[in-house]
Amino acid sequence: MRAMPHGPTRRALLGGAAAATLACPALGGTRPRVVVVGAGFGGATAARWLAAGGVDTTLVEASPNYVACPRSNEVVAGLRGIEAQTLGYDALGRAGLTFVHGTARAVDAGARRVSLGDGTALPYDRLILSPGIDLRFDAVPGYDAAAAEAMPHAWKAGAQTVLLARQLAAMPEGGTVVLSAPANPYRCPPGPYERASLIAHFLKARKPRAKLILLDAKDTFSKQKLFEAAWARLYRDVLEVVPLAGGGQVSEVDPAAMVVRTDFAEIKADVACIIPPQRAGRIAAQAGCADRSGWCPIDPVSFESRLVPGIHVIGDAAIAGAMPKSAFSANAQGKVCAQAVIDLLAGREPETPRLINTCYSLVAPDDGISIAGVFRPTDGQLADVPGAGGISPLDAPDAVRRQEAAYGESWYRTITREVFG
Amino acid sequence: MSRRYSPFLLALALACGTAARAAELRPPPGASSCTGCHAQGAAMGALEGRSEAEIVAALAAFRSGERPATIMNRIARGFDADESRAIAAWFAARGSH
Ligand SMILES: Cc1cc2nc3c(=O)[nH]c(=O)nc-3n(C[C@H](O)[C@H](O)[C@H](O)COP(=O)(O)OP(=O)(O)OC[C@H]3O[C@@H](n4cnc5c(N)ncnc54)[C@H](O)[C@@H]3O)c2cc1C
Repeated sequence: MRAMPHGPTRRALLGGAAAATLACPALGGTRPRVVVVGAGFGGATAARWLAAGGVDTTLVEASPNYVACPRSNEVVAGLRGIEAQTLGYDALGRAGLTFVHGTARAVDAGARRVSLGDGTALPYDRLILSPGIDLRFDAVPGYDAAAAEAMPHAWKAGAQTVLLARQLAAMPEGGTVVLSAPANPYRCPPGPYERASLIAHFLKARKPRAKLILLDAKDTFSKQKLFEAAWARLYRDVLEVVPLAGGGQVSEVDPAAMVVRTDFAEIKADVACIIPPQRAGRIAAQAGCADRSGWCPIDPVSFESRLVPGIHVIGDAAIAGAMPKSAFSANAQGKVCAQAVIDLLAGREPETPRLINTCYSLVAPDDGISIAGVFRPTDGQLADVPGAGGISPLDAPDAVRRQEAAYGESWYRTITREVFG
Repeated sequence: MSRRYSPFLLALALACGTAARAAELRPPPGASSCTGCHAQGAAMGALEGRSEAEIVAALAAFRSGERPATIMNRIARGFDADESRAIAAWFAARGSH
């Protein structure tokens, strides 16, 4: 464990508040401690908000740096370098919180303690888990962690993203690419279709005789009308889509032979990107917060686990009703959850929140589309606010499409600066 | 979270149980989502420091469709006039710190 000491900023900013807290009998004489596991879009956001609110905050992260998924489909298609996705944790270490490089291995919810790989124990008054996803290597026969080295998922950005980009670049002329999308729920609902679009764009530009087959384990998907219209317009000769009803579910893969099988077909691939089903990051289940689905039921006001009191779950790991598993959602949830934790620690009832999500996708480099939603707790779930949200208009002029592409890039810069900057 | 907003005040208010003051500093429903896009230097522009009236008017015009938009028309419809005013007041106050 390597803890970064609190910097001078924190002392200057919070010294007085800390002293005031100590003098405050309502809090039992010590500042309440919150541990946050996972410094991704959800956890790092929550930890910053808590620290700014004067809470003694410890943020635990296993990776030495963060490689962001949003816009990583552009890396896959050779339009962007992986450096543009790679963010450091230095600024978070200076954000008035204790940043710990380490892996949370176990949670003792009774004793309110998280233990790390090196044996360190971190006590907490409340715990926030934002561990993201684990890929299920038991779901598609033949697709295990070793198979992912031959048939990358690239659904956690980093080495896998670079591997898939290299395989595509090195693919023979006239080759076949297979891309498989899982059934719901999974990280980034429009992600596989943005990836299909940008791989098709790459093939059209660089490997004109090559083909992309999209095997889908479902029949309907996010921003479907917009994607399908773009595919008909731009990629008619490159892209073949096989939905569930057409036999799109992958039944088995053979990574040694580079074969992908469905109930009806056997496809020999030059490049195969298999996006398998997923579940909440392992620590969530270890803490007892995941249900049989593998994801974590939560209270939609406070994001407190429905299964384990004192533990809150945000981001991809949570079952957030109508909110998609996106970085935008994780960021919005991080702030709402952190505020609820501050309120609960102060003995106040958290306010009923409203949350926004916006997800941009590219169908081609300068051609952007979006989906937005506004959400509020309804009957114990986060539900759409009726009348709000929806997708970009199907008939938007080119100028609007270019603007949405630019807004997507601007969103990425803004959110990464807010969370990691 | 904005660095200009005084975390000290929030912490102090929380610490000493002045619930009313702390509640005042809490973002109204929806407000904390906005900064995912809206920031200084972003194409979408920052909200902190704009006047309450300006933000209220913009949200109303997005909601009615009067003001052309790519996405804010879809988002503004998730908030009624009172909710919009609360969000606007919060951002206006943040800018004044
Ligand atoms: C190809 C692709 C494109 C995408 N595009 C978009 C987009 O355009 N817009 C959008 O909003 N979203 C997008 N997403 C989705 C977005 O990346 C995720 O929804 C988001 O990262 C979720 O945030 P999180 O905090 O839940 O998890 P993550 O961001 O995955 O963070 C989890 C962190 O927890 C750490 N961790 C896990 N377990 C432990 C442990 N036990 N101990 C210590 N640390 C641990 C991990 O190392 C990781 O850093 C995309 C995803 C993909 C795959």
